[in-house]
Amino acid sequence: MSPAQSAEQHQAEQPPKRSGREVLDASDISRALTRIAHEILERNRGADPVVLLGIPRRGVPLAQRVSARIQAVEGQSVPTGSLDVTMYRDDIGLKPPRGLEHTDIPADGIDGKVVVLVDDVLFSGRTIRAALDALGDLGRPRAVQLAVLVDRGHRELPIRADYVGKNLPTSLVERVTVHLDEFDGEDAVLIADKGAQA
Amino acid sequence: MKHLLSAGDLSRDEAQLILDTAEEMRSLADRPIKKLPALRGRTVVNLFFEDSTRTRISFEAAAKRLSADVINFSAKGSSLSKGESLKDTALTLQAMGADGVVCRHGSSGAPHLLATSGWMTGSVVNAGDGTHEHPTQALLDAFTMRRHLGALDGRRITIVGDVLHSRVARSNVLLLSTLGADVTVVAPPTLLPVDMSTWPCVTSYDFDSVLPKSDAVMMLRVQRERMNDAFFPSAREYTRRYGLDRNRMAQLPDEAIVLHPGPMNRGMEISAEVADSTRSVIVEQVTNGVAIRMAVLYLLLSGTNETEEPTA
Repeated sequence: MSPAQSAEQHQAEQPPKRSGREVLDASDISRALTRIAHEILERNRGADPVVLLGIPRRGVPLAQRVSARIQAVEGQSVPTGSLDVTMYRDDIGLKPPRGLEHTDIPADGIDGKVVVLVDDVLFSGRTIRAALDALGDLGRPRAVQLAVLVDRGHRELPIRADYVGKNLPTSLVERVTVHLDEFDGEDAVLIADKGAQA
Repeated sequence: MKHLLSAGDLSRDEAQLILDTAEEMRSLADRPIKKLPALRGRTVVNLFFEDSTRTRISFEAAAKRLSADVINFSAKGSSLSKGESLKDTALTLQAMGADGVVCRHGSSGAPHLLATSGWMTGSVVNAGDGTHEHPTQALLDAFTMRRHLGALDGRRITIVGDVLHSRVARSNVLLLSTLGADVTVVAPPTLLPVDMSTWPCVTSYDFDSVLPKSDAVMMLRVQRERMNDAFFPSAREYTRRYGLDRNRMAQLPDEAIVLHPGPMNRGMEISAEVADSTRSVIVEQVTNGVAIRMAVLYLLLSGTNETEEPTA
């Protein structure tokens, strides 16, 4: 697990944000996404029915990376977009209002397709429930699957992932942070005690 | 934000947040199911003491698309026409559990009174009060301009017409200057407020000289119902000096757009030819109005009432 060159390079740009123990580095994340791309193709027998929808914010670049890998393997592009679930969350009345993220549904829509939702961390499962509701207003996919980079457990709803980058047993007081090049200048998954990153 | 009473209250960040949120709301219009669950279980009351079609319908459509329950309350056909006071009306709304009140009133400051008097706890949105302000109209105008012109920093925007009676003009001048635009107000001297020194804009009496330097021109309605005096000699003279017709439109830069808050007096401040031209974005303003009002209602009403910061 040698740190990739790009990660070192970007650490210099963003030194203060990084706290906690690194559990996945850039090459681990890259390998996990490659495996997920292959699993998606294997399970769905090709890329034909697949639409990838990332859940903002960090699910979106992850969906694009998986999409690029599928393209490289199959030589066929997969419709890729983003799905904001803010207004479908069950805690919407309990927190101060949040700004919306961008929703971008591929032009052909999702009817009859296999939608693969992509997110960074699967935790309580509430985000995914919100995403399922949001999908219901957009069309009727043939099936919905879920791909996550990290599954940290502690589900509060009967939801599971179809494709998991890494199963990460955590305690509730710990905090899992995913850093992605697009937002944070590096690829890494960090784990820290709550409050450590004040 | 707890209330939206004045476009002048909005910071640049807040205004941008509303515009960005509206951008997402607008994409809803292209979807098969034009409904979002964000305000499910919330009640929005449209409290209209003055006649209005597009603003009320726009707010109603916006609230319904966000799944709120909408109660329409207009002065005609309610106890308001029997002389019920604003206070008693507010207490009634409070007792019915209104989470948000969209208020239009003929007197400047009525929404402010509703928001600050303590008669009710819901959020208040000013949908036009007297000759004071109409913030959602300014937001939808800014939104429409932003979609056509990009960021408004340094853009030259000209507002023409009855500034004295226009709440739209005041809200637009305040909001557009917050967003970094250079605003010029053009009107006959009789239709400008006596003291414009506190307005963040430039004034002019000569429409023709301003035309070539405008990225967007907003024509205001000549508000005959508010005119008790002779502000200009005749309608024809007003049209000749301050009306936007084909010849004046030809002097505008190529990409300039024409806005009008409606309802239009075709042939008076704007010729039918201009109103129906490709530069006119007047119909688009109405579509954008729903998106802006969804954004405002969402940002005011979707969160908790308790932990709100006192920024209003």
